[in-house]
Amino acid sequence: MSGVKRFASRLLQLVFVLWAVATILFLIFRLMPGSPLAAYIDPTFTEEQQRILMARFGLDRPLFEQYLIYLWNLLHGDLGESFFYRQPVGERVLMLLPNTLVLSLFSIILAYMIGVVGGAYLAWKRGSFVEGATIPFVLTTRAMPEFWLGMVLLAVFSFSLGWFPAGGMRTAGSEYPSLLALYTSGDFWRHLFLPALTLAIYFHGLPLLLMRSNMLDVMSEDFVTMARIKGLSNWTIVVRHAARNALLPVATSLAIAIGYQMQGSVVVETVFSWPGLGRELVRAVSASDYPLAQGAFLLIAVVVILMNLLADLLYGLLDPRISHA
Amino acid sequence: MPSETATTAQAAYPSRLNAFVSGLWRIIRSIRLPLNDPFAIIGIIIYLVFFLVAIFANQIAPYDPTEILFTESYDLAADRLPGEDGFVLGTTSLGRDIFSQLVYGSQSALLIGLTAAAVVAVIGTIVGLISGYFGGVVDMMLMRLADIAFGIPFLPFVIVLAAFMEPSIWNVVFAMALILWRDTGRVVRSQVLSLRTRAYVEAARVSGSSNLKIVFRHIAPNILPLSFLYGSIAIGWAILTEASISFLGFGDPETISWGYMLQDAYASQALSTGAYYWFLPPGLCIVLVVVAGFFISRGYEEILFPKLKE
Repeated sequence: MSGVKRFASRLLQLVFVLWAVATILFLIFRLMPGSPLAAYIDPTFTEEQQRILMARFGLDRPLFEQYLIYLWNLLHGDLGESFFYRQPVGERVLMLLPNTLVLSLFSIILAYMIGVVGGAYLAWKRGSFVEGATIPFVLTTRAMPEFWLGMVLLAVFSFSLGWFPAGGMRTAGSEYPSLLALYTSGDFWRHLFLPALTLAIYFHGLPLLLMRSNMLDVMSEDFVTMARIKGLSNWTIVVRHAARNALLPVATSLAIAIGYQMQGSVVVETVFSWPGLGRELVRAVSASDYPLAQGAFLLIAVVVILMNLLADLLYGLLDPRISHA
Repeated sequence: MPSETATTAQAAYPSRLNAFVSGLWRIIRSIRLPLNDPFAIIGIIIYLVFFLVAIFANQIAPYDPTEILFTESYDLAADRLPGEDGFVLGTTSLGRDIFSQLVYGSQSALLIGLTAAAVVAVIGTIVGLISGYFGGVVDMMLMRLADIAFGIPFLPFVIVLAAFMEPSIWNVVFAMALILWRDTGRVVRSQVLSLRTRAYVEAARVSGSSNLKIVFRHIAPNILPLSFLYGSIAIGWAILTEASISFLGFGDPETISWGYMLQDAYASQALSTGAYYWFLPPGLCIVLVVVAGFFISRGYEEILFPKLKE
């Protein structure tokens, strides 16, 4: 299959999955017991007022018609209005998305830096005591509940030692003229560090184990043997020859990692009171703010699906040996 | 005559038992427990210990995990440090025994972990077998379903589901059954695709075996270790997910789980008061059980993909 054709078919698949996820979400939110407006309607409302409200949200129409309206609105980026904030959901979630993305990206960069260097080092020290002791340790970090790791870091570095703030994104009362000014302030980075470290510790195992096994593969190839025969130093071989070639598949795993990180941020954002999408989803679900919960879920799903696609395309692009049947 | 039927049933019993035992033995052998890998053995030992703790929980735990305890002078035994007043790991802010909660927490962890793993492995294996063996439209439809499952962010999905269902530990198992079969399904499918063309499968087909017989008799046994590999990872996923859901407040408040304990500690300001004895043990237990699953799965990987070992 030619590249263009493959791209087109992947794009079609993307649209299909997006539609399916949106539909499943609609069904979950509309088929649940009780009125979706239960949290919105005050018990003192008269029946007439309730009917007007139902009509305003389109809930008096048949289910299928509601579904079509829902899809139509989604296509126009209209996610409805939050019950709690009385503000368009689209506005609200798009405001929170950058906070989640900054946290995810920073923690992933951290995780990949540790992972790539660590993985290359372990491959170099193959069979040594260091390797034997490190791998179970890395597996253990992957077995930790992320929120628990966050709790321990909070208790130690924030509450006991007082090195970092206990949560949030900025010191209460501080104002910044723009998002950029906030993101470049030292205060913001002090708040960012612990949640990012939590996610990075949890996540570094993936690039590390991948890098290690790729390095081992590459090190057994002919050009590395050739380099050895040429008498190049071990360091030159590992860094200049092997690591470069082992990096490609690790780089493609980045896109998948961002998708997973978005999901993991749900708990970590809650532990650190980080004003992001994940925490908003949790709060919206607890408060029965269904339009907001739906919007936050959809946005997270869109990022995950886009990243899956990106990973697929990168994989095919970087390694032409992979054929997509 | 009733007595006659009884004797025939008795006569039939031993042979049926034999068939059962030999069938069980066949399954155990085809699972191929990785007993030559030291880490896998550590993993199995960890599981065994937690199993015993879960089974004998009511003998090991000194108190009821939800009971509010008082000292001999009728004071509320709240926030006791480990060892104080005879509480091994101290008590919570409400005066409940942390050690007893920890012991009982192993029950829900194993229950959720094992059922979720079984469900994920069974659904994934069946989907993979059908999809890979029959191909065509069935394969196309099942793999599109897998695409959708890959597009759904798992933890957010569990949160949304948990919010609409009665709080119960089974929500996590249900959500995993709906979503997480995708990984097992895809891997089993690709394995079946390669097995399907092997000579012995061809031979079975030529000699007139039915599709059903080929799939379950000739292909499935070769897939089993793979299913177990994914099953042992799923145990960890289930326990981690249940802990996350409980921590976020969507768990079953009636069941004592490690996630519930952590949520209780977090909400009771145990972090700022430095009550490490409260929130460290449940987390460590989760880590131990989950890592045991990883160790066993690593042992499987070395059996299944010996190239990795070199």
